[in-house]
Amino acid sequence: MTLARRIIPCLDVREGRVVKGTRFRDHVDMGDIVELAGRYRDEGADELVFYDITASPEGRRVDVGWVTRVAREIDIPFCVAGGIRSVEDARAVLHAGADKISVNTPATQRPALVSELASAFGVQCVVVGVDSLRDDDGQWRIRQLTGSPEATRALSTTTLEWVRRVQELGAGEIVLNCMGSDGVRAGYDIEQLSAVRQVCHVPLIASGGAGAAEHFAAVFATADVDGALAASVFHSGAVPIPALKEQLHDAGLVVRRTAGVRR
Amino acid sequence: MSARTVALVDSGGTNIGSVSYALERLGARAALTSDPATIRAADRVVLPGVGAAAAGMERLRAGGLVEVLHELEQPLLGVCLGMQLLFESSAEDGGVACLGLIPGAVVRIPVGPGVRVPHMGWNALEVLRPDPLLHGVASGERAYFVHSYAAPVGSTTLASTRHGGDWSAVVRSGNRWGAQFHPERSADVGARLLRNFMTEVSDD
Repeated sequence: MTLARRIIPCLDVREGRVVKGTRFRDHVDMGDIVELAGRYRDEGADELVFYDITASPEGRRVDVGWVTRVAREIDIPFCVAGGIRSVEDARAVLHAGADKISVNTPATQRPALVSELASAFGVQCVVVGVDSLRDDDGQWRIRQLTGSPEATRALSTTTLEWVRRVQELGAGEIVLNCMGSDGVRAGYDIEQLSAVRQVCHVPLIASGGAGAAEHFAAVFATADVDGALAASVFHSGAVPIPALKEQLHDAGLVVRRTAGVRR
Repeated sequence: MSARTVALVDSGGTNIGSVSYALERLGARAALTSDPATIRAADRVVLPGVGAAAAGMERLRAGGLVEVLHELEQPLLGVCLGMQLLFESSAEDGGVACLGLIPGAVVRIPVGPGVRVPHMGWNALEVLRPDPLLHGVASGERAYFVHSYAAPVGSTTLASTRHGGDWSAVVRSGNRWGAQFHPERSADVGARLLRNFMTEVSDD
């Protein structure tokens, strides 16, 4: 296998700026989106995900102005998530220069959206984000409207069923956000990701739980995911990407090593 | 770099802008166009493309661009789907006749143990033949791929990549080149390839 495991920082975007904080309040401005994207690019991020935190809950479309700015400056792939509910929403974002669009809650509300996107743009553009949590009966089931705790709804669909279904509909990649481990920084949910891996034949990206470099090594080696997404450990500098890449390489994993590091 | 003109063939797909931004970063003047005269007059022609083969060919046919592309004498570079369209046929959409500018057929990448389709991410290039387009690109360097169909390695393959089997990553037939990966999203390696296309490959 020569394809590299991907390291993917996720940036929350509000009105064209990168922010951090809880999804609805107390946002701290982290800086200009192009500047931060460029920093991650230089550090060796393999791909970026921008989550538009205003478009999604407020029912607004993604402002494509910042998408265009990023597309002009950045020479690694990027995905836009949040606020994409229709083929037209997706078209605007892709035409502005995004490589992929990610849909989550809108796909749970109307699964046909996934097939509409795949036939309009090809499966390679269509990422389905899945928010998943283990219920008391031991089953993982999907959640929707997870942007705010009050609005979050549990669905009866199991995560494994949903992952199978969205692949049939045309998902070209799946980001599995394991809500039970999200924000805890105790590591990715390897048990769940391994189970989903068994039914997922398109690229699978782990999300939720990264707190240290070892967590990345473990999720790649054990759950065999294609990429690992994280936010706070990269933003805070707790896990610098160049050192992470070296550590993964030393652990025998295939990664893309970039400038500033020996090739 | 000398300010050469690049015609970026507007095949109607999404994400064509990214290729023109990449060329602009290199100082080239890139015009997105479907006008035959503009395409014929350009120093370089790029056929980008994201989407499916049947729709891509249909748009080229509807725009009267099939003949234009056949008649070009200046260097032509197909990117991703644009590269696949240079071949004789593609298995996508139940089988599609393509431009036939490069011999061979594009097939679906088979899924296998550890081989996911689409082939998505940074994969290593294996340089098989030296070429001006690959000046400064070494085996082992990585480029960003996103595709479910691919051209098997053949006589036109300059560089390959491995995903299950070996696939063409860069091809050439005469003054026609193709890159299966996305140079506009392949960081330094991609910029190098585009710069080579502008300055290193011969004009005749």
